[in-house]
Amino acid sequence: MAATDIPGTPAIDWFGEAQEARRRRRHAADRRLQFCGIAAIATAVLLLGILLASLLMNGAPAFTQTHVRFEVTIDPAKIEAEDPRSGDFRGIVRAGFEGLIGEELGRRDRRAYHDMLSNGAQYMLRDRIVAEPALIGQTITVTYPFADPLDQLHKGLIDRTTPEEQRRVSDRQIAWYDSMVAQGAVSKPFNWALFFNADSRFPELAGLAGALVGSFYALLVCFLISFPVGVAAAVYLEEFAPKNRATDIIEVNINNLAAVPSVVFGLLGLAVFLNFFGLPRSAPLVGGMVLSLMTLPTMIIVTRAALKAVPPSIREAALGVGASRHQVILHHVLPLAIPGILTGTIIGLAQALGETAPLLLIGMNAFITSPPGGIMDPATALPTQVFIWADSPERGFVSRTSAAILVLIGFLILMNGVAVFLRQRLERKW
Amino acid sequence: MLSTSFILLLAISLAGFFVGRYRIVRLTAEAGAGSHSLPTYHGSFVALWIGVPCLLFLLIWTALEPAILESLLLASLPADEVQGLSGGERDLLMAEIRSVSRGLIFGEPEPFVVEAAVRFSAWQTLSSWLMLVASLALAAAILFLTYKRIALYFRARQAVERILSVLMIACSVLAILVTLGIVISLLFEAFRFFERVPVGAFLFGLNWEPQIPIRADQVAGQGAFGAVPVFLGTLLIAVIAMLVATPIGLLSAIYLAEYAGRRVRSAIKPVMEILAGVPTVVYGFFAVLVVAPALKDFGGALGLEVAPNSALAAGSVMGIMILPFISSLSDDALAAVPRALREGSYAMGATKAETIRNVLLPAALPGIVGGILLAASRAIGETMIVVMAAGLIARMTANPLESVTTVTVQIVTLLIGDTEFDNPKTLAAFALGLLLFVITLLLNVLALKVVQKYREKYE
Repeated sequence: MAATDIPGTPAIDWFGEAQEARRRRRHAADRRLQFCGIAAIATAVLLLGILLASLLMNGAPAFTQTHVRFEVTIDPAKIEAEDPRSGDFRGIVRAGFEGLIGEELGRRDRRAYHDMLSNGAQYMLRDRIVAEPALIGQTITVTYPFADPLDQLHKGLIDRTTPEEQRRVSDRQIAWYDSMVAQGAVSKPFNWALFFNADSRFPELAGLAGALVGSFYALLVCFLISFPVGVAAAVYLEEFAPKNRATDIIEVNINNLAAVPSVVFGLLGLAVFLNFFGLPRSAPLVGGMVLSLMTLPTMIIVTRAALKAVPPSIREAALGVGASRHQVILHHVLPLAIPGILTGTIIGLAQALGETAPLLLIGMNAFITSPPGGIMDPATALPTQVFIWADSPERGFVSRTSAAILVLIGFLILMNGVAVFLRQRLERKW
Repeated sequence: MLSTSFILLLAISLAGFFVGRYRIVRLTAEAGAGSHSLPTYHGSFVALWIGVPCLLFLLIWTALEPAILESLLLASLPADEVQGLSGGERDLLMAEIRSVSRGLIFGEPEPFVVEAAVRFSAWQTLSSWLMLVASLALAAAILFLTYKRIALYFRARQAVERILSVLMIACSVLAILVTLGIVISLLFEAFRFFERVPVGAFLFGLNWEPQIPIRADQVAGQGAFGAVPVFLGTLLIAVIAMLVATPIGLLSAIYLAEYAGRRVRSAIKPVMEILAGVPTVVYGFFAVLVVAPALKDFGGALGLEVAPNSALAAGSVMGIMILPFISSLSDDALAAVPRALREGSYAMGATKAETIRNVLLPAALPGIVGGILLAASRAIGETMIVVMAAGLIARMTANPLESVTTVTVQIVTLLIGDTEFDNPKTLAAFALGLLLFVITLLLNVLALKVVQKYREKYE
């Protein structure tokens, strides 16, 4: 029954030129759409690749730190034995550092020379002598980091051909540096300070220890608050709540909360926790509480999905054996839903780890130079530390910001990887 | 002292559990008959009745203690020093007394301050000990009362289940409390703002210059709080973001849903999830480090003047951020169209492209539009990318090469640093936050309604 059999339809030659051309056009349109789809996906993959590549290229130099090795004589005349902390360590370090260069230095040259060594060297020596007072009077070999401009020079990030006024290192400093390299005193070990030091004004001394501890405390508080409350609320809403208007409102409420911008939670934290309750600013406790408010809707939604996935036959069998409704949930349904809840919790915590805006508003972007001792001490968090460093003008902080981002992404990959692994291991197919 | 009390109470609750359990086991052994509920329930009954009220007691005491101690301290100060002080000076005096009592002494505090500090620390110690003793007494009293209730006929299981239900309902109500808290706190502070700046001037004013003098002799602007240029900036950047994200997201969703084989899907899906999971501060840094300079150089090569923090840089990176949302929501919408429609269209001789254009897209359109609206709501509420990559000066322009500021940038910049809640600058941030909350809420509700109203039910 071809179309030509129906009276009134025009006769179409389906195998003639016109129809062939029309088929070709249609298939060309199909191929074009397919090509556009591939181009779109390729663009997305390319953008992700550019993002990761630029972070890696920028951050790689920050994982090593240029150090210089020299001999230092712990002059007993400069340190009092009863109070080693208040000795003239600056003088000791300067004397030792000048020993690397054979020449006598004039006053201006001396300043430029000592600018080459990190400002933290005297404090590192002080801590070591306070820990081992037996070293007073001896000559020891120490290895201390260079100041940031020399670090950049050693990593090849400073162009020696630019005119001297536009460079961060002067010609004389380059000459001294070259002679130190020739002596073999310069090394570039792994930058452990990035993980074990707290924040500092000097890029060569700055590290993530404070941010890591602060983030840990904040996530701990977030987990301790949002996990019980979220699971309890989800269990009630899913299993016990009668289906009436009140529970409908609660459900709509929770779905809306999940879509509220994070800044608004920061405003809530500022107005209620800091202003009304008077909790300390920048404390991981307040940060954790704000993060738990943000994670709560996610937790509820994930738990409800996990509870829904448990088949009704389990519940009915338990009821049939004589369990009460609470016993059905506590002894039968909840243990079966735990894998799904756990996976969702880890993913929710990973999202909370990356949140910055609410923490900024409650003050966790302060300049804190030591890791917090507890949840009430001022602290920063990892994403806010990234934000602080991104604003700093020193060149050394540019690569450190990228390195901090790589550490953050590393943690996120770890957490998401654990969640995926748990999901695959513990998932039950009903 | 708080942590000590907390740990002690936990220990007492645990002890109460074992005590209650032991008692019911003894009673059943003596009587030779069974009890109504299992021993665990009797133990849990005691433990819950001790733990929950005492914990609440501790929390309420800790919350109210600072305020009560401060008002007592204020009342105890000599009248001639205190009267005539304004609110701010009184707060300063209180802060000085508090820091002196902690041992942080700057300069020479006056003798009455030192006295008050000594009294304050004495009262604090007294209050902590009182809290510990009172909570322990309460725990002991409850332990005694609940112990007496334990009997063979006592319906412990029902009692425990009642307590658990109350706790679960309280947790559900907490979710509402959060929303209420957001709305109330925003409204409260916004109303205080609108006492100083009229609503009309805020909503329709064309000048946003929040620099106001802090002291009377400071030279600064008069402070104009017209929000229109700020909202226009948000709109500009959000439009750029949607223009970047929608084509790429939609086309990749179409390809993944219709053309891609299983291997390609399983390779590309993780890429989309990674793009969605990258923290926004990373995107912001990427925008500042790579995108903005690249755009500036590119524009310079073309002879155009591109600002270093142009709307185009921030908007395009924001587009990269929301593209996974549009992609995954459109993918879900396309996958939800039943196979019968697809296969009917193929049976009629249509190519894949024609099926997509004529059958699938119209069928999935409500879901796709809902996804686009949700993505737009995220773009409007996004903070870190614009804080790092967009500017601070409010400018009414549609030129993407210029720098504009957005609502979220203004909220963050107005509130970073010392915030006193009397300052119109701080309160302006809350007014902006309220408007942002309302707009994103409306967009989300609209997205939900669009999906619900126009969605086809095929089964």
